[in-house]
Amino acid sequence: MKAAPFRYHRAESLAEASAMLADLDNARLLSGGQSLMAMMNLRYVIVDHLIDLNPVREMAGVTSHDSYFEVGAMTRQRCLLNDDAVAAHSPIFRAALSYVGHLQTRNRGTVGGSLAHMDPAAELMGLAALTDAEITLTGPTGARRVAIADFPQGYMTPDIGFDEILTTVRFARWPAGHGWDFREFAQRHGDFAVVGVGSLLTLDSVGAIDRAAVVLIGVGDGPLRLVEVEALLTGVRPDTELFRAAGEAARHPAITGDALVSADYRRQLAAVMVRRSLTDAYRRARAAIGKEGGHV
Amino acid sequence: MSDAEMSDAEMTREIAFTVNGQPAALAVEERFSLADMLRHRLGLTGTHLGCEHGVCGACTVMVDGHAVRACLMLAVQVDGAAVTTVEGLADDDGRLSRLQQAFSDHHGLQCGFCTPGILMTLTEFLADHPAPAEDQLREALSGNICRCTGYQGIVDAVMDVLASPPPAGGAR
Repeated sequence: MKAAPFRYHRAESLAEASAMLADLDNARLLSGGQSLMAMMNLRYVIVDHLIDLNPVREMAGVTSHDSYFEVGAMTRQRCLLNDDAVAAHSPIFRAALSYVGHLQTRNRGTVGGSLAHMDPAAELMGLAALTDAEITLTGPTGARRVAIADFPQGYMTPDIGFDEILTTVRFARWPAGHGWDFREFAQRHGDFAVVGVGSLLTLDSVGAIDRAAVVLIGVGDGPLRLVEVEALLTGVRPDTELFRAAGEAARHPAITGDALVSADYRRQLAAVMVRRSLTDAYRRARAAIGKEGGHV
Repeated sequence: MSDAEMSDAEMTREIAFTVNGQPAALAVEERFSLADMLRHRLGLTGTHLGCEHGVCGACTVMVDGHAVRACLMLAVQVDGAAVTTVEGLADDDGRLSRLQQAFSDHHGLQCGFCTPGILMTLTEFLADHPAPAEDQLREALSGNICRCTGYQGIVDAVMDVLASPPPAGGAR
């Protein structure tokens, strides 16, 4: 199908886009278009005005800071995937982004577009939740920052006002040498994950888990941080039994089913995948200590 | 705003870009997809439309060197860009690119509907990955649906291109 008629507006700057958004009725912002254009072609979404953010250069780019990576909303998913500074410090970004759609959609799709669309299986929402990211929204009266935990308001409903533009996201950096893992279960590569898991952990000087973060995607309205699992892991020297127990604790009551997959099946997948994910994250954390000469 | 309030002239936009190296300039309806413009306004019907919502990959073309879904881009968005379609892969004298010839040699296509999109995807992929492993190649193909070949002939064609050195003169 084809999109219903609309007027197209090319924004050259953030200020111009903001002014258009304030001025035009029933307007939507167009970033990479890899979800919105499909929804418009199917006429799930019908707009009177489309404001194209693609020419706005000031909204794209990745910068590394001491405690976070700042990513402009219009940064292509391809660019974040290929960013060597991010991948060298936080390999989970490249691992997770390789699951985002396909190379053709990553060439157009943007980081901010994915966060604003908020598909339940979105890998970028998972990364944001895992790293306690902070999102900046720019409106007519200035900018406002939202913690990722407060960002989802319901199914595909982020906390973005009608007159606000998602401009940047800050992903907090974990200490160098942290353990990590990202994996998905889907029928085909690039499909929406039935369940996806991301894990980060650090070890203390005696080899116990100092800090852990575990997130599930594709299991509910938004990313699900498994805080009970994280508490169970923290302060413990890991063995296979610990990771098995962590997997069992991942059978979270908030995990939902849908028309194709039951909640029980998702919980079973979550238990197995969390166990495997933590096992690999721990292996990587140990390997990083080995490289540093055995001291932590 | 209703349709009646907008005349056709108000809903079109002048754009200029290159397609397969040739300059193009036209007034195009704002809601036209890139794929529809290539097919209906420029007569470049090698770009096929399957699902029109970004899943099948048949409409894949290159914009400024990157493979994209032409059903998910608006024609007005290629103003100033360089577009390459499957018609741009062969030489001016009609000699197929090495990848195209390998598809022919290895039964990399049957009905041919998906083929233009797959060729455009692989043209970018092989430029970025001169020596991919087979699983990397299969992952790169995950965004293009082929219902005939089972992909084996396609993989064989690419592996053949990778195994044989490029001919002297820098042919593609």
